[in-house]
Amino acid sequence: MSEIREQILATVRRGLQRGPLDEARRAELEVRLAHPPRHLLPARAQGSHSEQVALLIKMAEYALATVDQVARMDDVPAAVAAFLARERLPTAVVMAPDAELAALPWENQPLLRIERRAARDGDKVSVTAAFAGIAETGTLMLRSGPDRPTTLNFLPDIHIVLLPAERIVGSYEDGWDLLRATGEAMPRTVNYITGPSRSGDIEQTMQLGAHGPLRLHIVLAGA
Amino acid sequence: MQATSQAFQRNVSAALQNPALQKALKNIKIGFVRKRAAAVAKLPEFELLRDAGCELKNHVLDHLDFYLERFEAKVIESGGQVHWARDAAEANQIVLEICRSVNARLVTKGKSMISEEIGLNEFLEAHGIRPVETDLGEYIIQLRHEHPSHIIAPAVHLNRDQIADAFQAHHAPYGFTERREEPRALLDEARQVLRQQFLRADVGITGANFCVAETGTTVIVTNEGNGDLTQILPRVHIALSSIEKVVPTLEDVSLLLRLLARSATGQELSVYTTFSTGPRRRDDLDGPEQFHVVLLDNSRSGMLGGEFQDMLRCIRCAACLNHCPVYGAIGGHAYGWVYPGPMGSVLTPQLIGIEVAAQLPNASTFCGRCEEVCPVHIPLPKMMRHWREREFARHLTPAAARFGLGLWAFVAQRPKLYRLATNLGAWLLRRLAASKGRIRSLPLAKGWTAWRDLPAPQGRTFQQQWAARRENRL
Amino acid sequence: MTTSPPRVGLFVTCLIDLFRPTVGFAAVKLLEAAGCVVEVPPQTCCGQPAYNAGDRATARSLAQQVIAAFEPFNYVVAPSGSCAGMIKRHYPSLFADDPDGRVRAEQLSAKTFELTLFLNDVLGVERVDAHYAGTVTYHDSCSGLRELGIKAQPRRLLATVAGLELRELEESEVCCGFGGAFCVKYPELSNRMVSDKAAHILATGADTVLAGDLGCLLNIAGKLQRDGATIKIRHVAEVLAGLTDIPAIGEPEGDE
Repeated sequence: MSEIREQILATVRRGLQRGPLDEARRAELEVRLAHPPRHLLPARAQGSHSEQVALLIKMAEYALATVDQVARMDDVPAAVAAFLARERLPTAVVMAPDAELAALPWENQPLLRIERRAARDGDKVSVTAAFAGIAETGTLMLRSGPDRPTTLNFLPDIHIVLLPAERIVGSYEDGWDLLRATGEAMPRTVNYITGPSRSGDIEQTMQLGAHGPLRLHIVLAGA
Repeated sequence: MQATSQAFQRNVSAALQNPALQKALKNIKIGFVRKRAAAVAKLPEFELLRDAGCELKNHVLDHLDFYLERFEAKVIESGGQVHWARDAAEANQIVLEICRSVNARLVTKGKSMISEEIGLNEFLEAHGIRPVETDLGEYIIQLRHEHPSHIIAPAVHLNRDQIADAFQAHHAPYGFTERREEPRALLDEARQVLRQQFLRADVGITGANFCVAETGTTVIVTNEGNGDLTQILPRVHIALSSIEKVVPTLEDVSLLLRLLARSATGQELSVYTTFSTGPRRRDDLDGPEQFHVVLLDNSRSGMLGGEFQDMLRCIRCAACLNHCPVYGAIGGHAYGWVYPGPMGSVLTPQLIGIEVAAQLPNASTFCGRCEEVCPVHIPLPKMMRHWREREFARHLTPAAARFGLGLWAFVAQRPKLYRLATNLGAWLLRRLAASKGRIRSLPLAKGWTAWRDLPAPQGRTFQQQWAARRENRL
Repeated sequence: MTTSPPRVGLFVTCLIDLFRPTVGFAAVKLLEAAGCVVEVPPQTCCGQPAYNAGDRATARSLAQQVIAAFEPFNYVVAPSGSCAGMIKRHYPSLFADDPDGRVRAEQLSAKTFELTLFLNDVLGVERVDAHYAGTVTYHDSCSGLRELGIKAQPRRLLATVAGLELRELEESEVCCGFGGAFCVKYPELSNRMVSDKAAHILATGADTVLAGDLGCLLNIAGKLQRDGATIKIRHVAEVLAGLTDIPAIGEPEGDE
């Protein structure tokens, strides 16, 4: 195995007409990796926070997500219950066993039947919390963890995501900086989600709900 | 996959005479081309981002060994494994051994052009393992025993009737006995059938749009979510990548993501962009227990430092296919191998040999639309011309064309002889046209006159007339 | 301040030389009207057929011939985006291993222009003295459009032709399928492309179609006329120079 590896790397170097990189060059590349330079950012990703909130809503809706806004985190459970009632959706909800979600007053919504676990086949509605919202494309950034199973983002038909407005940033780069600032290792899975699942593979006509959720509903708290 | 690129001319005829295909191809112009234009118009920085994307990929290629080694180290650090493969056979064997190590019977697959390149499905089937494609388009063509005709829309050559036929023929065991034709109904049916496969699969195989050296992360981009269900549900996730897909950092991925979806489907961003780093962590409730990355070379390293190096910048967006008038006329299958369109006409000769793929770089008018839309400024026409130069140098150019070119070159390098020849030619063509102004049939130019009239010369050549005019003035 | 008028070497192009001398005379008329002294040195072909066939040696030899013939002029002008593009964008790369040759190629490249671009952008010609009673549509030939940026120049000048109405063509930037040897190497494919082009042209309802490259025009005319269409096909220079009292491309004499 390692023989094959060496052979490929040797061919690469032969093509580049050099041996292994010298120390000085390696050191420069190490700096580039340790302090990743940003490329040009779109102007739209650099507005004020209130502009970013407005942009996120606009772009998420453009990507066919729906967005509800509530003033406080404590209003989220009522908004979730209201959304499900309004849309005549099942009230059995699978929720990430996430501390942030657990802290909300779900007990005030007795009609919701909540299970906290990973997703299973047949689950209709899931609720998870986003790590960040990326305004430039209306994208949700979610990360996996023991209390944040990734299957909740894909198996159920309806995916409801809590997004605290304070965690809306302008660009993808801002999202990575926010993640790096946690000091934690790179999560096993980071999902960017921009609207509900879709496919255009039948005659290039777009249909929602190909394999992932048919609907993506964002509850934006604190805007 | 057995290449049919040598039969390109026959493939072209068949494609042009296939009404179902011709109807399907119209969707490309309306869909992809207009959507890309609209998406680009909405991002004022797009042109500058293209320049930056080109520069970034050049930086990667110049330091490819360094970034590959770093990527490998980081994958291992996060608990994954990296396997290097020089060619298709090695890559297939690696995948097979991983599958066997967990007694896999059923493998789900996200869309991967590398998988097509190495013929993985056929190989796994021959060894008793059942691969199930889960991208809707890829699934449809798998049912039809076809290969993709487009690198991001594999079933773009099909219409709903053909899809309905395929589902009807294969879905009875899943309880779908009625023929459905509406796209919505077809999609729901596929969703239900494939959901069962996702849940039963032992191994999930995806491609990788990018491999991030900073973190040892593979990145996939999909709209359906099939790639995610493929990689989070089974016990083992294998990501197939080729060596040029490595990028240094998450910032660099961010740049390329701004280019990719806009160039491909005209979306601001694809629905799902997923960053996978290692296997499931301790206490995770889901995710694969094993994470493997296969790094395939397959003669890419040989492109470095040569006239085809720029091709390694390609991020597989398919904008060059979508905007190519040749691809738009014949679709992808006529090209005869995995990668169609302009990017394929450059890449295929490298991967399967110029002898087999000789036609492909010639089948271009050099209209330049591919280069105009390429998000990383790959000079595709220039590289097709380089292939023509190699063919000419190796006498692969057809003898008749070579003879004609030689004769023309002999005359064109002798201005006096040239003027005699053109004076004669103008006179002759006018005789043939008689007074009709055009010629309907010309034995030596059947390629032209089979389909078109040939307008006749007006009279004496310009240079003859100009000389006469000069003399009169003197 | 008096300066001597610019000396322009007209690169006629082999197709115009053989098939459509009127375009050459139209170019001369337009250039002279703009104050240029026009000369036509002995010439054959720019070498593009060899270049695109992969025969670099022949392409280079023909490039040397063109460079030698046109070096004495202040400018080289061609009524073709394709041939001007060959000289301007590709000649220097033919001399990668010959520094002196490369310098000469670059010098020629720098002073070579397509006709409408030269008139409009370089000489600053804003109007022409011509009349054309009719509705025209315009096909953007690929090389001129993408290698040289020719898009607005012919339209600006056409807008000053008395009596002329321009009706834009759907997919005007898509290739007509000529492509030099392509059209005879892949005739069926070329036919499909030019059929699409012809359909778009007819859909405009214009009575004349114009373009800046004779290769495209021969292809488009050949297709339209084979299919029995009566629309006229002309090089844009003919209309700009007012040389439209002679039969259009592929039309019999005395048919006007």
